[in-house]
Amino acid sequence: MDQLVATAPHDVGAHAHHEELGFWRKYIFSIDHKIIGLQYGISALLFLFFGFTLMMLMRWQLAHPNYPIPAMYFIVPIAVIGIVILLVSKFKPSLSMLVGLLFLGVAALVSYLTSGEDRMPGGIMLPEFYNQLGAMHGTIMVFLGVVPLAVGAFGNYVVPLQIGAPDMAFPKLNAASYWSYFVGGVVMLVSFFVPGGAANSGWTSYSPLANTATTGQTFWLIGMVFLITSSLLGSVNFITTIIQLRAKGMTFMRLPFFVWAQFVTSFLLLLAFPPLEAAGILQLMDRLAGTSFFLPSGLVVAGQPLQVSGGGHPILWQHLFWFLAHPEVYVLILPAMGILGEVIANNTRKPLWGYKSLVYAVIFLGFMSFIVWAHHMFLTGMGTVISAFFQTTTMIISIPSVIILTALIISLWGGSIRFTTPMLFALAFLPMFGIGGLTGLPLGLAPTDIHLHDTYYVIGHFHYVVAPGSLFALFAGIYYWYPKVTGRKMSDVMGKIHFWGSFVSINIVFLPMFIQGFAGVSRRLSDGAQQYAHAQSVLPWNEVMSIGAWVLGVFQIVFIFNFFWSLRRGETVNENPWQATTLEWSAAPTPPPHGNFIKVPEVYRGPYEYSVPGKSRDYTPQNEAD
Amino acid sequence: MQIPYTVQLRSDTGLFNAKLGVWLFLASEVMLFGALFSSYVLLRVGADHWPHGWEELNIPLATLNTVVLISSSVTMVMSWASLKMSNFKKYKLYMGLTILCALIFLVVKAFEYGHKFEIGHYPSYNTFLAIYFTLTGLHGLHVIGGIVLNTYLWGPGSYMWKTEPERFTNRVEVAGLYWHFVDLVWIFLFPVLYLL
Amino acid sequence: MSEAHAEDIKKHVRTYIMVFVVLLALTIVTVAVSTLHLSTVAAVSVALIIAVIKGSLVASYFMHLISEKKLIYAVLVLTVVFFVGLMFLPVGAFSDKVALP
Repeated sequence: MDQLVATAPHDVGAHAHHEELGFWRKYIFSIDHKIIGLQYGISALLFLFFGFTLMMLMRWQLAHPNYPIPAMYFIVPIAVIGIVILLVSKFKPSLSMLVGLLFLGVAALVSYLTSGEDRMPGGIMLPEFYNQLGAMHGTIMVFLGVVPLAVGAFGNYVVPLQIGAPDMAFPKLNAASYWSYFVGGVVMLVSFFVPGGAANSGWTSYSPLANTATTGQTFWLIGMVFLITSSLLGSVNFITTIIQLRAKGMTFMRLPFFVWAQFVTSFLLLLAFPPLEAAGILQLMDRLAGTSFFLPSGLVVAGQPLQVSGGGHPILWQHLFWFLAHPEVYVLILPAMGILGEVIANNTRKPLWGYKSLVYAVIFLGFMSFIVWAHHMFLTGMGTVISAFFQTTTMIISIPSVIILTALIISLWGGSIRFTTPMLFALAFLPMFGIGGLTGLPLGLAPTDIHLHDTYYVIGHFHYVVAPGSLFALFAGIYYWYPKVTGRKMSDVMGKIHFWGSFVSINIVFLPMFIQGFAGVSRRLSDGAQQYAHAQSVLPWNEVMSIGAWVLGVFQIVFIFNFFWSLRRGETVNENPWQATTLEWSAAPTPPPHGNFIKVPEVYRGPYEYSVPGKSRDYTPQNEAD
Repeated sequence: MQIPYTVQLRSDTGLFNAKLGVWLFLASEVMLFGALFSSYVLLRVGADHWPHGWEELNIPLATLNTVVLISSSVTMVMSWASLKMSNFKKYKLYMGLTILCALIFLVVKAFEYGHKFEIGHYPSYNTFLAIYFTLTGLHGLHVIGGIVLNTYLWGPGSYMWKTEPERFTNRVEVAGLYWHFVDLVWIFLFPVLYLL
Repeated sequence: MSEAHAEDIKKHVRTYIMVFVVLLALTIVTVAVSTLHLSTVAAVSVALIIAVIKGSLVASYFMHLISEKKLIYAVLVLTVVFFVGLMFLPVGAFSDKVALP
């Protein structure tokens, strides 16, 4: 992976210096936005893989509750992946060697998790450990996986290139943001090793359950404080960069849609995350200083009255948590939609349909996302007036989402579509996100939510939004920008195998959840609802879903292999292999050097001038003068 | 390629990067303290009994601290104005006074805390003290952050005045914005916690 | 820096001193009022009004918001909107409760 980022350093002197220092200075202590983007990307992909492994353990448990889980089925494949990557790296200090070692680390971590009397005695999973897996799967996937990949990695790498900037506005702050994320991730992982294990109160960490949980919960809160700090630093940087560092001629209405999506996302992170930080501080005080912000008077735990001063409100936590966590949903989806805009315009060879309405819709969506949060809380005993308010805002917020989806679908109309791997993932996003979005409507209305709340229906709903939704778009992004980063294309054949395998199996995993949810199967049950009479008819789906998850896992190995194979064997490309119009392709060398551009680009036109009549080529780059 | 607009202003926004950056950061701080104030209101409205601030806390000391913090805000803005008038000596004086005021604030706060702990009034005593310690503690952390920042600009950071005076003046302005915000938070904390 | 600029700054300095005096005076007023032990509504209104005046003085003059660029205003207006939502919506949700038996 040594040629992964052949960045040309600032000047000749630094170059000589750099040759001596090599790997560490180049990849670890960098303030170049592209390297930081890669750091985010690699960390996030590894966390996604680890979070996925936790889910596989849970799915095995749900399919065969109370039977020993064959840990070797998990450990050996992960270790083999690590060893293969190490062999490919020839044990030279490089990013691939690091990734290989990290895979071995994941294997070791999984072997630790699948042993031990307080987790899986005799290979049989304890309910307490199942709860840890559930909480950490959610936390890792959302806060350590998808957001860092969507915002930290793609945002960092692509935004400055697309607006024609030499770097982010505050490069050192950018590095600080990554390292804060890194520390937060380490704290989360360390929490598996403290007595009582990791946090086990769900990714929502509801009080008072979280107040009385084991030490892992404290680690969770401290980890979250670091992750929130990272997001805040990052979002300040993104907003400043987009406003201040746009190249000459790059007006707001000439920004690529991806940049708009990142811009709105940054505002969500900036203004929605602090309330969760506040809530985290209050819960930390509850746990460490013995306060009772979230503990009501007269609480009885395990038959014993709790010795606290009382007078707090558990519901207060939920308000503060969801004030962040609903905008967070849009943090997960908006960058994905941004990637989609780029990939679809490029592969249909047409301008995006309704660019302006897309932009206004994304702004409106961001704004509305702040005032819908209590639709997660219809069952907390809120009155009709306030629940009517939140139902109304929830229905309103579906309008801009539909506008975006419709505009993207109409963009396909009449295009001569190139079915490249990124385009396949982008096309799959559209119906998958459609399912995810539409199944959300019944949850946004209190009467239907009362039946569906906390069932597998909810799990199915948001996984359709995030997994075949966001994650597919992120895969599209990886396949799309990989040539810019490395100078080589990923193998199309392996990409298509990866796509079709993932597309089919991911639906096998998530579609049955709706069936189980309608039957009333609750989430967070460590035995998959075996003890409930009403669940018996839908229990066989657990086996189907678990098999689907394994198939999905196998096809991700194709992706990992492709990723590393293409570094050496992939087809080499020039600056603009996709014949795209935006600056990162048309103005920057491949791979971009430190400082990004050889000469300062100037912008003369909108971002998607494809197939303009009367032009000799079917694309007109933004920096091409008339 | 250098990063543009670190010193000179971008023509369409009229700002240099750090100024926009610090205002965005302050916006997030507003939401942080806003969430805590919102929690305070909820807890107070929902409580059966809520002690008055003046029954529990030391008003004279807090009034002194208010005066100290307001003074530090004035000296901070004066230090910036001194740089604008190219008077580096005066800058050193005013910035030094700002740091001194901040330290006095912390010492007074420590006495207040110490007294509470002596009589066994820890955060776990009741919800009023819990929110009191949380809000003033978080504010205290911000004061400490300000001291670190200002001390850097007073000491080693001030060499920049010789090489890039404009950039240094901008830095002091940005640090000032943060410091005034810390003062502003206290202006709200003081009546809410002590006087109501 | 030009002469006119330095004159400007001197004018500013006079304003800063005036603001400082007003802030001190308001501090004394708010403490004095609190010793009267007014009814809760009156006490809260007076204390908050004085705090808002003091806060606006600091923001307007020390933080130069009185002559700031449009973009900063835009950011702050957006923040204030969400801040208000954060302050009032949870309170609304709490006061509008289904009565429990």
